[in-house]
Amino acid sequence: MSNWAAFQALLKRDLLLYYRHRAELLNPLLFFIIVVTLFPLGISPEVRILEIIAPGVIWVAALLAAMLSLDNLFRSDFEDGSLEQMALSPHALPLLVLAKVFAHWLVTGLPLLLLAPLLGVFLFLPQEATPALLLTLLLGTPVLSLIGAIGVALTVGLRRGGMLLSLLVLPLYIPVLIFAANAVNVAAAGFPITGQLYLLGALLSLSLTLAPFATAAALRISLS
Amino acid sequence: MWAFANKLASPRNFYRLAGKLTPWLGGASLILLAVGLYGGLVLAPQDYQQGDSFRIIYIHVPSAWLSMFGYAFMAVSGAIGLIWRIKLAEAIAASVAPIGASFAFLALVTGSLWGKPMWGTWWVWDARLTSTLILFFLYLGVIALNAAIEDKRNAARASAVLAIVGVVNIPIIVYSVEWWNTLHQKATISIMKMQAPSIHIDMLIPLLIMALAFQLFFFTVVLMRTRGELLDRERNSRWVQELVDGKTPATTAKANEFSVSPPTS
Repeated sequence: MSNWAAFQALLKRDLLLYYRHRAELLNPLLFFIIVVTLFPLGISPEVRILEIIAPGVIWVAALLAAMLSLDNLFRSDFEDGSLEQMALSPHALPLLVLAKVFAHWLVTGLPLLLLAPLLGVFLFLPQEATPALLLTLLLGTPVLSLIGAIGVALTVGLRRGGMLLSLLVLPLYIPVLIFAANAVNVAAAGFPITGQLYLLGALLSLSLTLAPFATAAALRISLS
Repeated sequence: MWAFANKLASPRNFYRLAGKLTPWLGGASLILLAVGLYGGLVLAPQDYQQGDSFRIIYIHVPSAWLSMFGYAFMAVSGAIGLIWRIKLAEAIAASVAPIGASFAFLALVTGSLWGKPMWGTWWVWDARLTSTLILFFLYLGVIALNAAIEDKRNAARASAVLAIVGVVNIPIIVYSVEWWNTLHQKATISIMKMQAPSIHIDMLIPLLIMALAFQLFFFTVVLMRTRGELLDRERNSRWVQELVDGKTPATTAKANEFSVSPPTS
């Protein structure tokens, strides 16, 4: 089996597994909606205030939802031993990691994109900013999954890794948050956002090329 | 050369050497600290704008430098431990993390104390303060991961991976935060404009002395903590048990010369 075939096979297997537990996939989305709903309740229902904080709030909620959903990325494979099989297989572990992260992003990152315009309406985000919100989420959420996978791989062997994961991963998410939320803010004010999008694209290509290697190294440590 | 490095890297030899070096490094650090503080707090002239409150830089700037140096030092020794599986490097990386975190914390606190009279608030979301805060969080992540994994060697390797990921990320974080907001005064001393730093020479000399004193202090504490860390990690080995049984390290060293020293080829 070539590396590419292994990539495809693993992607198919993971998507099938996610499909069989599809009820669980709703949880991060519900979390995303509920967290965003809390902000008007906690701050103020006024349009003037909400439209200012909307990009940041939506992005912080997306960040937390992406991170919390990552917890089960390697968990079941670790527990039933298939992760060890992957590590022992002749295929490049970084590539297999990439397949797993990609499958995970398809079922958790992508749906956030579909929900985001609705949440934009909740928070009175100006119409002009919606495309920018979607574009930043499209470029940014894969980065969150890729960087988060490193943290998950480091904590997968621990019984209570959840809190630790947030401590490890959230500081690394800061650049994505800064560029993405700023892009949406700037777009809401009616200015071009090509610069921010280029930077997000750079972050994406950097994490796409480097993060799978770090994740693979971390997995090998967790498995040892 | 390689044999010498190997010998030095054996926990027992390092333990002895570090024990001998610590008082010298610590003493030099204390002397420099006294000189630097006298120069900074008494001899250096007042700042024409900031009066006496500028003098906090003699603590603030060296701690900020060391918080960054500490992270790089931790990542490099972590990487050495990860690649060559050297136990000593793992112990050093584990013992640097809390020290670096303390320096980051010290930089934050002194910056805040200085900010109150100068900027009028304890905290501003300025780029450099924020990135020091994030650096502090990164340290805490490494420390937490180190504590969470029970097996010490696995913990060291896992936190080495995290530290290396952090090192790749730090420049990105620093530039993104800088781009996000800038209020902090520009760097006073930089290599690029060493000809004319924007600080008077009478103020600069004590600062450099303090930086050196802090650096020596850093290494003193690293050596002390690494010795403790080594004793903990090697507690089942013969040399530690002999040490605990009360024999002097010198005699055990001689007794073990043949059995422990690595083969030289």
